[in-house]
Amino acid sequence: MLPFERLVRAVDDWAHANPSQDVFIQIGDTEYEPKHAPFARMIPMTQYRQRLRDCDLFVAHVGMGSILQALEDRKQMLMLPRHQEWGEHTTDHQIHTAERFGYLPGLKVVDTVDDLHREMSALLDAPLMMGDAISNHADPGLIAGVRDFLNGARA
Amino acid sequence: MARKKRLLALASGGGHWIELLRLRPAFEGWDVAYVSMFENYTSSIPGARYYTVPDASRFDKLAFPKVFARALPIMLKERPHAIVTTGSAPMLAFLMIAKLMGTKTLWIDSIAQAEEMSSSGKVAKKLATKAVAQWPEVAKAEGLECWGAVL
Repeated sequence: MLPFERLVRAVDDWAHANPSQDVFIQIGDTEYEPKHAPFARMIPMTQYRQRLRDCDLFVAHVGMGSILQALEDRKQMLMLPRHQEWGEHTTDHQIHTAERFGYLPGLKVVDTVDDLHREMSALLDAPLMMGDAISNHADPGLIAGVRDFLNGARA
Repeated sequence: MARKKRLLALASGGGHWIELLRLRPAFEGWDVAYVSMFENYTSSIPGARYYTVPDASRFDKLAFPKVFARALPIMLKERPHAIVTTGSAPMLAFLMIAKLMGTKTLWIDSIAQAEEMSSSGKVAKKLATKAVAQWPEVAKAEGLECWGAVL
């Protein structure tokens, strides 16, 4: 899993400043190891989903997997995009994803560690208004397209 | 009852995998085997055959041969009738082998690619039987269809 040093450090620093909060960090291949919160490199997907359902605030990079799962489970989500210039990803597509999806109810995007810290505390005090949970399936047009392709109805 | 046809559904780890899982209703009636990068993903597709390939995306270009070496035995064992993938780059290895085997393939460019087709998608366009994008503007710029999105 692609490292994201800036996010892992930021959340660990927040955990240090907020010792009464129960924080868990999945760090992937990030070099920095949290000192103020329990962490794992990667937890199995079913456990990950259970943790997501049980939490009060989901903090993540602006990955579509994270966004889709937060929307499926109707969980408020705070996102920090990865920047190419700092070696956080191969392109700046997370900044574009933030522009496209950041407006959805239940999602909030920040772009600095200071803003992340402030919003982590703020969102736990006053959670975002949530939208309806999305279905766990793609939209019917795409499903139909794939089905037709597989059945040979669409070349 | 006729035996179900075999489908190989591929996606890299993370968002690509979540996108693939959201397509599952379209796989009804097929005998589906999955390929991704992390052993623990098997828990999200109980009962299905599941294979992993090395995590070769992103910065490590030299890892592609490793994926290819893993993709070949999977393809020979599964001999799928069709392949569906939501990317990313490592899955191009399967498209290459599928082309040689005459297997039909569908590339669905990631919804994360909102501004332009992914670089791997631009290669996939030439390799796959069919490639589609999830954003109408991206599809239009590439001369492809957009059937909708995973969201």
